[in-house]
Parts: sequence; C-alpha cells; structure tokens
Amino acid sequence: MTLKASERRRARSATGRAVAINGATLVAHAMRQIHPDVVACYPITPQTIITETFSEFVANGLVQTEFVAVESEHAAMSVCIGSAAAGARTQTATSGPGLALMWELLWVASGSRLPIVMHLCTRALSAPLNILCDHSDVMGARDTGWPILFSEDGQEAYDNAIQAVRVAEHPDVLLPVISTQDGFTITHGIERAEILDDASVRSFVGEYSPHRPLLDVEHPTTYGAWDYHDFYFEHKRQQADAMEKALGVIEAVGQEFGKLSGRSYGLVQPYRLDDAEFAVVVLGSAAGTLRSVVDDLRSRGVKAGMLRVRVLRPFPTKAVAEALAGVKVAAVLDRALAFGAPGGPLFEDVCVALTTNGVGPRLVNYVYGLGGRDTLPAQFLQAFEDIRRIAKGASAQPVVRYLGLRES
Amino acid sequence: MSQDWRKVAPGGTVTEPGSAVTVETGTWRSSRPVVDYDHCVHCMICWVFCPDDCFQTENGKLVGVDYFHCKGCGICAVECPKKCISMQEDVLA
Repeated sequence: MTLKASERRRARSATGRAVAINGATLVAHAMRQIHPDVVACYPITPQTIITETFSEFVANGLVQTEFVAVESEHAAMSVCIGSAAAGARTQTATSGPGLALMWELLWVASGSRLPIVMHLCTRALSAPLNILCDHSDVMGARDTGWPILFSEDGQEAYDNAIQAVRVAEHPDVLLPVISTQDGFTITHGIERAEILDDASVRSFVGEYSPHRPLLDVEHPTTYGAWDYHDFYFEHKRQQADAMEKALGVIEAVGQEFGKLSGRSYGLVQPYRLDDAEFAVVVLGSAAGTLRSVVDDLRSRGVKAGMLRVRVLRPFPTKAVAEALAGVKVAAVLDRALAFGAPGGPLFEDVCVALTTNGVGPRLVNYVYGLGGRDTLPAQFLQAFEDIRRIAKGASAQPVVRYLGLRES
Repeated sequence: MSQDWRKVAPGGTVTEPGSAVTVETGTWRSSRPVVDYDHCVHCMICWVFCPDDCFQTENGKLVGVDYFHCKGCGICAVECPKKCISMQEDVLA
C-alpha cells in the first residue's frame, strides 16, 4: 500500500526517538507496533484517543489489524473472546463504565484462558456522573482473574502495553492482562516519551502461537463447555496457579524489556525507602507528585519514603512486605472507596502482605483523588504529618481517612 | 479422568471431538425411567423425545435404557402414549 507523504511523516515522526505526546496516543502507537490481528473497542472518555488514533492507523493502512467497531463494551469483550479463541492476537481498550459493562465477560476471558490485552484508562463510576480519574473501575475488575499493571506516566503506559502481550501469552500464564493508565492525568497529559522503533517492538512481542485455537481444524477444540460441580473447582484452582506464576513472568519480561529499552520497573518501585521511617504506598500517577513530596521532606531531615505498587494483580505480597519492613508508620493511599469494607482495596492488600509476612509498620488508609479531585503535594504532606504524629503516640483511629475532601 | 487439578485442560476446553459420550451425566439423576416391556408397543416416542439419546434399540425394538447418560428428566414417562414408563426413585449404591 502506498502511503501519503503526510502519513509517512506521521509514522516516521513517532518511531525511534523522543517525542512530546500524551499517554493514550502512546498506547495507540504501541498497538500499531504490536500489530494485533484483531482490535475490538468502543470509544469512551478518557480512552477515546486510543480508539480514534488506532482506527485512523487502520484506515490509513499503517497497520493491517481487523478493527471491529462494536456497539458497546459488552460486545467489544465478546468479540475479543471469540477472536482470541479463534487464535487471533486480540486487544481492546476502555474506561470506567465501559469496563463495568464488560464485567461478566472478563470472567469468560480469564476462565477460558484467552490472552487478550486490555488498555484501561481509569475513570470514576457514576452516579453522580463523572468522567474523570479514579480507580473505582479497575478495582471492580480486581478479582476477575486478569493480571493488572499500573503505570506512573505515559512512558510506562507505553512500556507496559508492550510487555502485557508477552505476559498474557506466556505458556505458564495464558491469562488476559489489563494495563492501566490514569484517566486524563496520563491519557491526556503531554510529556516527553521515547517510542521504540517498530521492528524492535515487533520482535519483542514475537510471532503469536495461540494455544488450542478454534481455527486449527486438525485439532478440534470446544470453548465454553459445561463445567458443573465435577471440574469447575479444578479449573479455578488452575487459574489461581497461572496467576501466581504471572508474578515471575512479569518480572522476567520486565527485565528483558529493560535490556531493549533501558527502562525496567519491577513489581514495586521503592523510592528513598532504604532508611525510611515514614512511607506512603500508592498506585498510578500520584507517585510522581509523591516523589517531590518525599524529596521535600528529606531536604528537611524527615526520613520519608514511597512505595509504588506497579502490579496490583497478582499482588506482589513478598516484595511489598520486604520494602516496608523497616518503616515505623505507613499510609496506604487508595483512589477508590470500598464501601463498608475495613479499608480501601490497596490498604487491605498491604495489611495482608505485612501480617502474613510477620512484619508490621503501623498502617493508616487515605482515600484521595476521587472523581478527578486534584492530588496536590499539600494533601500528601498532611498524610506524612499525620503518620509522624502517630509514630509519636497519636491515635491511629480512624483507620480510614480522606485527603483533599471539603471537611471543616 | 484425572484426579488432580494440575491435569485438567486449561480453560475447561474440550480437545477430543465427540467426547460427550464418555461423560457420565447419570450421577445427577434422582429417579430413573423403568420400562414395562409387557405393554411397550415400540412406538419409539421415548427415543424421539429423550434429550440424551438414552433409549437403546435393536432391529426397530426398544431394548434398554442407558443409565450412564440418563439424567432422570422424566420426559419419556410423560410422553409415553401407553404410560408404560414409570419413574422410580434412584437410591445411591
């Protein structure tokens, strides 16, 4: 296919060098470079950029993917399941209510062991209506059997999107993977990022060799068969095993990607934690703000640190416990509410990680940034001040607290 | 069938065509159809209606019931025009 000069320029301008670009467009480029056989998605704020940009790549012949413009996210995930079972490398992208509408099918994808990759631009759930960022959507998918990666910025969203393919398709894993970026903060925020050249990405993800594809007529296979009390339990136990194995695979793929790109992230990212007495634990883009807060406190002699959890599922229990073992008091930040639960989703995971590994900084939980509420350094400084007071004997009650909330 | 969760087919896929015949569905049954051959006229209505193809025939005659697959749904007993199929309680061995 002959490309127009402007199209050639566009493709060239986004390969093999640093560009100023937002996270969603970066992921659309990652998808173009991965070159999936099938992409089925429905545009929804703040993910729309991905659907728009990728479908433009398809329309302009920059990628030969079969793009399915579906009528809903329920249909998108259904198409992905059929396509992945047929043996096609398959991807989708969504946000907030779109992910909620997929929920039933998330279980079908993971239960059928189909290595679909989903690019999730996190968004609050209605009501009241809100299109901005929080993690309520992804927390609803937390236990659906998909490994879940969080990114701190657009660069990492791009890097994770590429690694997700290798994690999902690894023979020990064979699970669908969610790769997230925070809605608007990352999806729409323009930052410097490096895009690998197309050939490197293509060779990193490699040729796809599907497991028991429906289109392999020499080896007929049935997907979605009846699985009653007799064997359902055994299949679920196998999924749990695949999820446990995903942890090592995510680490190994991350190291290999590091060799290619110079960027490697690990399961968790400790920041100035080695001798820290006070720490915060966080997911996603707020980690950027927290680095500056930690630096500020360090310059004033406070032994502050941060732990960013990159992999929410499978939860890196051991890595989290090791990273926090020497800390006196830690604040776990949740960008989602778990109504009626003892604490937020990340808080509960961190509690279990510490308890079961026999280490224990005192913990409090902060809910922050719901529905796109700005996450400012002053809020996080307040959390650090609180936990320093707790270390000196102040009460750790209430356990669940709120940052940046109108409260007199 | 394997007795260990590690050995089952990932995703519950079925990789052997026509293997439903080897799956024992008779374990679900609470009552079993018993045919009174003295009054059976071999009209094969039971054979037509059985959702699991459990009625065994030979030379156009009904000769038996496949209890390995019969789930005990009772459709045969309802549909039999001669009322010669009765559902009898299945007692666990």
